[in-house]
Amino acid sequence: MLKTSSFEENLRAVAPENLRAATAGDAVCGVLPQFVAEPNDEQQLAAALSLANEAGIAVIPRGGATKLDWGNPPKKADLILSTARLNRIVEHAWADLTVTVEAGCTLKSLQKTLAQHGQRLAFDGLWPERATIGGVLATNDSGALRLRFGALRDLIIGVTIALPDGTLASSGGKVVKNVAGYDLPKLVTGAFGTLGVITRAVFRLHPLPRAAKTFSFTAENFPAMQQHILAIQDSQLAHTALQIRCASGELPAADILFEATDAGLAAQESQLRKLLGSARVEQTSETIWNARQDLWNSPTKTTLLAKISLLPTDIARTLNSLKALGDSRKINWRIVVQATGIGMLRLEGEPASLSLATEQLRTELQSRGGTLAVLRRPPELVSIDAWGNAGDGVSLMHAVKHQLDPKNTLNAGRFVGGI
Amino acid sequence: MNPMEKRFLDELRTVVGARGLISSPEELHTYECDGLTNFRVMPLAVLLPSDTQQVQAIVRVCHRERIPFVARGSGTGLSGGALPVENGVVISLARMNRILEVDLPNARVVVEPGVINLDVTGRVQPHEYFYAPDPSSQSVCSIGGNVAENSGGAHCLKYGFTTTHVLGLEIVLPDGSLVHLGGKSLDMPGYDLMGVFVGSEGTLGIATKVTLRIVKRPECIRTLLAAFPGTNEAGAAVSDIIAAGMLPAAIEMMDNLAIQAAEAAVHPNYPDCGGLLLVELDGPVAEVEALMRDVDEICRKNGAWEVRLAQTDAERMLVWKGRKAAFAAMGRISPNYIVQDGVIPRTALPQVMSEIARLSEETGLRVANVFHAGDGNLHPLVLYDRRIAGQEQAAESLSYRILELCLAAGGSITGEHGVGEEKKRMMSKMFSEPDLDTMQRVRCAFDPLHLSNPTKVFPTPRLCGEKPGEYVAHPLETAGIAERY
Repeated sequence: MLKTSSFEENLRAVAPENLRAATAGDAVCGVLPQFVAEPNDEQQLAAALSLANEAGIAVIPRGGATKLDWGNPPKKADLILSTARLNRIVEHAWADLTVTVEAGCTLKSLQKTLAQHGQRLAFDGLWPERATIGGVLATNDSGALRLRFGALRDLIIGVTIALPDGTLASSGGKVVKNVAGYDLPKLVTGAFGTLGVITRAVFRLHPLPRAAKTFSFTAENFPAMQQHILAIQDSQLAHTALQIRCASGELPAADILFEATDAGLAAQESQLRKLLGSARVEQTSETIWNARQDLWNSPTKTTLLAKISLLPTDIARTLNSLKALGDSRKINWRIVVQATGIGMLRLEGEPASLSLATEQLRTELQSRGGTLAVLRRPPELVSIDAWGNAGDGVSLMHAVKHQLDPKNTLNAGRFVGGI
Repeated sequence: MNPMEKRFLDELRTVVGARGLISSPEELHTYECDGLTNFRVMPLAVLLPSDTQQVQAIVRVCHRERIPFVARGSGTGLSGGALPVENGVVISLARMNRILEVDLPNARVVVEPGVINLDVTGRVQPHEYFYAPDPSSQSVCSIGGNVAENSGGAHCLKYGFTTTHVLGLEIVLPDGSLVHLGGKSLDMPGYDLMGVFVGSEGTLGIATKVTLRIVKRPECIRTLLAAFPGTNEAGAAVSDIIAAGMLPAAIEMMDNLAIQAAEAAVHPNYPDCGGLLLVELDGPVAEVEALMRDVDEICRKNGAWEVRLAQTDAERMLVWKGRKAAFAAMGRISPNYIVQDGVIPRTALPQVMSEIARLSEETGLRVANVFHAGDGNLHPLVLYDRRIAGQEQAAESLSYRILELCLAAGGSITGEHGVGEEKKRMMSKMFSEPDLDTMQRVRCAFDPLHLSNPTKVFPTPRLCGEKPGEYVAHPLETAGIAERY
């Protein structure tokens, strides 16, 4: 039995003006919480979290709610702890190429500020107008720029988290190079808010490019496309991003982004053309880099979206499997895979077929060292495990969870292995 | 040796064989310190396993007997991370030195921890690939040690640190069990425990297999040397290069004392100046040449009186040889020296440099300065003479005061050498109690009994989740290492 009334009183004492009853729009994978709290600062957030933890209230941290349905449905959800008011850019140390930003700041608003000094967080996340820094970190969103600049784990250099017992702990720092203490920024990146609530982060920044050009090309078949991709990766081209797009009944296409000086761009273009031989290479609009996000447009009750990870040498094989699955199970598919091996996949079909196809593809990817995580699924498929096999490290993950969130207050049941 | 110790060693001998166990005092001397030679502890024994199963078997025995262990690679660490623990054993990974797999199309290499850093590049160089992290000791240091310390090097400005290039780990946990973190593909499901393990300085277990990312060699590499009147002018040039939107592969700086030492040791033919800048750009030829012209101009604008572009690979290697030999070269100008490793926001350089000069004057001790200037990583070298009473202590105290300057400027006590034994007392100056406590809670998940390199990194070890019941003193308490709170 929840001690909700005394909890509510206590919480009101911490943040009187920022607590409201949850409405249908606050539901998380169909689970309706009771309250939504929007603390004013990280101390208030930590205090609210600690009160909830003591009262046995299940907490769902929330940023822009753009990816709130990723992961398994929560076992319990009583309180949405929103970072909406923690949206300040604390310090843009532009001469040092670092920024300290609160978790609730949107990606777009951060990038706008950084651009004033010709800089950027070298990360192209989904839905930047609404997605928050805390949210992209927690979900480890990963875009096309990762090929050149690394993942968020490689860009984050410091973090502050609120733990369920009310501790506010920082790790890392404000300098790019720093090996003092454990790298907790990496621990909470991709932890889906199950260990603590990220309240602020420090990032290393990169200069905005002087000039940029995108080129696209197609290939006759999957092996030819894979060959092109591997040839580019094995070349001395200095491309920033490289993605493959493909869908049921279409030829595979690829896009490559160069960012350089004008002289550098011209040389890269001619080298690319030489490398690809007879393939037709055309300059294209930079909007093609929205292809990953476009996969999410207008999902229906028969749409499933998944993140996959594979080795670059398995691209053709995986596309072949998708084609075979699509044909045999009457599933329409569309995929965008980065040259890093991280891809986003959209499947459309009858839920029963989707379920079988997802399982089959996951088994196949896992057998070659890859993974498949279900991010969005039709309501009928709520029981599919979002994550798949987490390997022999799962007990250690439980042990880490137990140390930081022993009462399982945060995002209970949403992560791997039942965490 | 008491009978219990003898039984313990006999059991370990059955695991690793007679050739895999060192217990005679004469031979143990080699292992009583690492690259930080002013701390020394004699271990009970040194074990030299040749495979993962042996490492597991050793650790299981240690776990059962509650004997602490310290993993050791090549022993080149500069913060005492591989310093043995009293009444503990050292597990040397030197014999686990095979490159297990080279997968060029996916740019992955799988190695055992004892493989030498430079040998990874050596293996893939014929195919125009390289392993990017390049600590100055790269010709002798091991990948396992690099993983423990999250080693950097001059080129991490552009390419990132060891943690950027490690994709998967096989780890023997402190209870002897085996786990696999990460893998050849990216973003394996679950927490990024691999990210936590890299840089944990041997306190979370022992890596027995490491999957590395390798990088295609750029089309060209150009290295420029610029001579400035002093480090402030050189520092201003660095800021302008960064502000111009460039990301060089490396930017290194040396002050006059460091130049003198390098010149005496390996004759790199550096100009005799107050501040020397070494800027390396790599990438496509057209791009690098365009940007190098900008760098040249920026250097001259900031007062460089000589700007020199290395014309051949041999010249480039010589330029780097001088830089990489800088630490050891101090032996040419001083009987003893302490290598320090602090980080500052790059913009704080002039202020921190003038403070270091003031402290040097105040203490009468010379300080040579070598920096990874692009990322604000300072390596002040405090020169002293051990034979002069009190000088070693004064030098140590000066080196800690320099770290305090770094912290006051918003920086860190270590950029790449690690905390180890040397700097654990500085940790509470950089982090608050709750910060350190949170890190130690993570440690408790990996090593609840504190057996894996137990005395390093943290000023006060935290005890992990004691069960309620009759009070029994924890072995760390009786040893005076930990206290309850």
